[in-house]
Amino acid sequence: MSVPSTTPRPAAAHSVWPQLEPLLPQVTKPIQYVGGELGAVVKDWDAATVRWALMYPDAYEVGLPNQGVQILYEVLNELPDVLAERTYAVWPDLEALMRAQGVPQFTVDAHRAVRAFDVFGVSFSTELGYTNLLTAIDLAGIPMLAADRTDDDPVIVAGGHAAFNPEPIADFIDAAVLGDGEEAVLEITAIVREWKAEGSPGGRDELLLRLARTESVYVPRFYDVDYLPDGRIQRVVPNRADVPFRVHKRTTMDLDAWPYPKKPLVPLAETVHERYAVEIFRGCTRGCRFCQAGMITRPVRERSITTVGQMVKEGLEFSGFHEVGLLSLSSADHSEIGDMCSGLAQQYEGTNVSLSLPSTRVDAFNIDLAQELSRNGRRTGLTFAPEGGSERIRKVINKMVSKEDLIRTVVTAYTNGWRQVKLYFMCGLPTETDDDVLEIADMAHEVIRAGRAATGSKDIRCTVSIGGFVPKPHTPFQWAAMERPEVIDGRLKMLKQAINSDRSLGRAIGFRYHDGEPSLIEGLLSRGDRRVGAVIRKVWESGGRFDGWSEHFSYQRWVDAAAEVLPGFGVDLDWYTTRQREELEVLPWDHLDSGLDKDWLWQDWQDSLSEYEQDDCRWTPCFDCGVCPSMDTEIQIGPTGRKLLPLTPVDGGGLRLPSGAQQ
Amino acid sequence: MPIAFSQGFTPHPKISYASAAPTGVASEAEYLEIGLRAEVDPEQLRRALDAALSPGLDVLDAVVAGSGSLADRIEASHWRIELPEVDPAVLDRAVAAFTAAGEVLVERMTKQGRRTFDARAAVISIDVVPPTETPSGAAAVPCAILELVVRQVTPSVRPDDVLSGLRVVADLEPPVSPKVIRLAQGTLTAHGAIADPLDADRDGTAIGGR
Repeated sequence: MSVPSTTPRPAAAHSVWPQLEPLLPQVTKPIQYVGGELGAVVKDWDAATVRWALMYPDAYEVGLPNQGVQILYEVLNELPDVLAERTYAVWPDLEALMRAQGVPQFTVDAHRAVRAFDVFGVSFSTELGYTNLLTAIDLAGIPMLAADRTDDDPVIVAGGHAAFNPEPIADFIDAAVLGDGEEAVLEITAIVREWKAEGSPGGRDELLLRLARTESVYVPRFYDVDYLPDGRIQRVVPNRADVPFRVHKRTTMDLDAWPYPKKPLVPLAETVHERYAVEIFRGCTRGCRFCQAGMITRPVRERSITTVGQMVKEGLEFSGFHEVGLLSLSSADHSEIGDMCSGLAQQYEGTNVSLSLPSTRVDAFNIDLAQELSRNGRRTGLTFAPEGGSERIRKVINKMVSKEDLIRTVVTAYTNGWRQVKLYFMCGLPTETDDDVLEIADMAHEVIRAGRAATGSKDIRCTVSIGGFVPKPHTPFQWAAMERPEVIDGRLKMLKQAINSDRSLGRAIGFRYHDGEPSLIEGLLSRGDRRVGAVIRKVWESGGRFDGWSEHFSYQRWVDAAAEVLPGFGVDLDWYTTRQREELEVLPWDHLDSGLDKDWLWQDWQDSLSEYEQDDCRWTPCFDCGVCPSMDTEIQIGPTGRKLLPLTPVDGGGLRLPSGAQQ
Repeated sequence: MPIAFSQGFTPHPKISYASAAPTGVASEAEYLEIGLRAEVDPEQLRRALDAALSPGLDVLDAVVAGSGSLADRIEASHWRIELPEVDPAVLDRAVAAFTAAGEVLVERMTKQGRRTFDARAAVISIDVVPPTETPSGAAAVPCAILELVVRQVTPSVRPDDVLSGLRVVADLEPPVSPKVIRLAQGTLTAHGAIADPLDADRDGTAIGGR
């Protein structure tokens, strides 16, 4: 598609704005490429010694609200000699014009060419962003393969949850960072700064070696993968001295010391979330076996109630947002969530600020919290996530909720004035049968029946929302076989019929689901090895872009590319997706250490198959998942016993200049 | 700022824009009205807003709104259109044909679907300006410049509609995207000039609170 650029990059990065501006009237939503948001930072290029381009590889409307990128952007820009700018995936209409006019991938902050930066950091929350990475690399004029890059190209670093198995993109990235980014970007910055100050000895290779020696930055080129005749991996070993056999994840302890974002970006274009989001804790030990986030972010580290209160106050003052999201993997589990919700509700009573909690825990306490947060009259939606339709499958996935719990909880929501609740389930789980899925219909019917009886009203509804299960690395289900898309689609069809088999009840039940096909491809990418890189490249070359968007995703394109490329390696799409792995198989990510003990993961997988549940280590003894001892970390939870104090009333007629806003 | 909100389930801030420039068009003269809960000093409000907005979005002035709506004071708009790589003589002939026509029907996609309307009647003046100044970003390339005064009508006649009109009457096809700038908008004086719509409220000292 393009020829690797051999021209040296310019010493100073000039703005590409004069070339970009004439293209903007010809594309949809041009404002997403303009930058200049409140919270954006533009620094002097020449005054910076280390320069980062940060990318969220999706459209601006999805990428801008991403917490990870916002946090790293702020952490880096707080350093006087460091400059960080943001870049997002451009839509195909602008991509075509940029190619025609020779405009390179640019940052939205100062519209500088991405290739001019020292480090190009890309955050992957999903593997479906891989094709967008390739577009960005190519548009930037950076050689597609890491092996072809020179000292004139930035070091491309992948991060985010998908980076816990970066093997499918190993050919395209120079490095990957596992785990929390706050301290990792500072350490990488320090290494780049020192190497540049020394006059860049040994060039790119030396820089990558120094990064690899930290034992927490994975540099794929320093590892060789050997395969067995049957296609499985024989071993992954370092190919040079001084490089660790295993690369460890980073864990940021004491979240109170890292109260970011302090100055959240306020987008000019419409985005998917327009709110100030505060992470109230990181990590989760509920132990849901499908949940990669819960496994790889252990241990639980709470942010204290007082830090959360301070962040909300300052974040709202800076940004002017009217919505606050209290985020985490299971927010109702914070040791002081009750005081936090009532304290914040009291502080913002009578204002236009609305508070929300992603509510998935199936119990009455969750409803108390939602009641508290809706004091201002605005009710946020309630979502409960039993995840599995039958008691049996919920034991398999370790989601300890009984049918009675669910019905009681939803009825409580209805009697407290909610007219609508959302129920979230998964389809395609290990050991799942048609009956497990059909029980979702029974559950929904009973919810409506009980709700009508309790409220005496027919005006109540529920929405059943189904997601496709994708087995992920570093989870007990990393060995599991995926179900075929046609089986999933068949089960969803049966479920829909079962829901509508009673017309009176069926009318009150909404049904939303995703087809099985995209999940299968996500499964290929999440558990893939380096050979899958050729599939990604083939898909990208045949036009694959924005695979997370149903209107852009093409299942056929992936199937065709896999059929063209994989047989050459003696494997195929099924081999990566619907095949169950054996205990001793070397998995592509075994040399990447999430702290979880592989023997414990295998035991938890066996427990799953025998429907044995595992409790939470926050309130039962440690069950030796391995993370705390191997990472030298510990659970950090309250309660602190502190309360949120009433805010000093803000003068109603007060005008305030935003602190630190660009003038 | 103590902005006022609409009533109802999802309160919205009270802001109304009068005759906003289309997407992708530069402007030196946009106006908006903001409802406030409390009286504030207009100059302080201007500074606070200016500080919060993006570079290039400059808040120049704020006055306390008097009687009547802002929209009623927007009678016409003054536009400047730079047409890089267009020969001024060719543009001259196109403008002459446009001016001579009694009606020039053009089409545009609106929210209600494709509409056909007259782009001629609303045009008060249309002049080819000699390229004395160097147009932005196009140094050595020939460039024709058009200045327009267009009356505010419904459906609105925008600069791109006038360019469509020039294509209809004279097959004028600019080879590259034109650069459009709104220079002014406001009330129309007897001489066809545009007066600042805030002039009528200039004496006000405090804003808001009604």
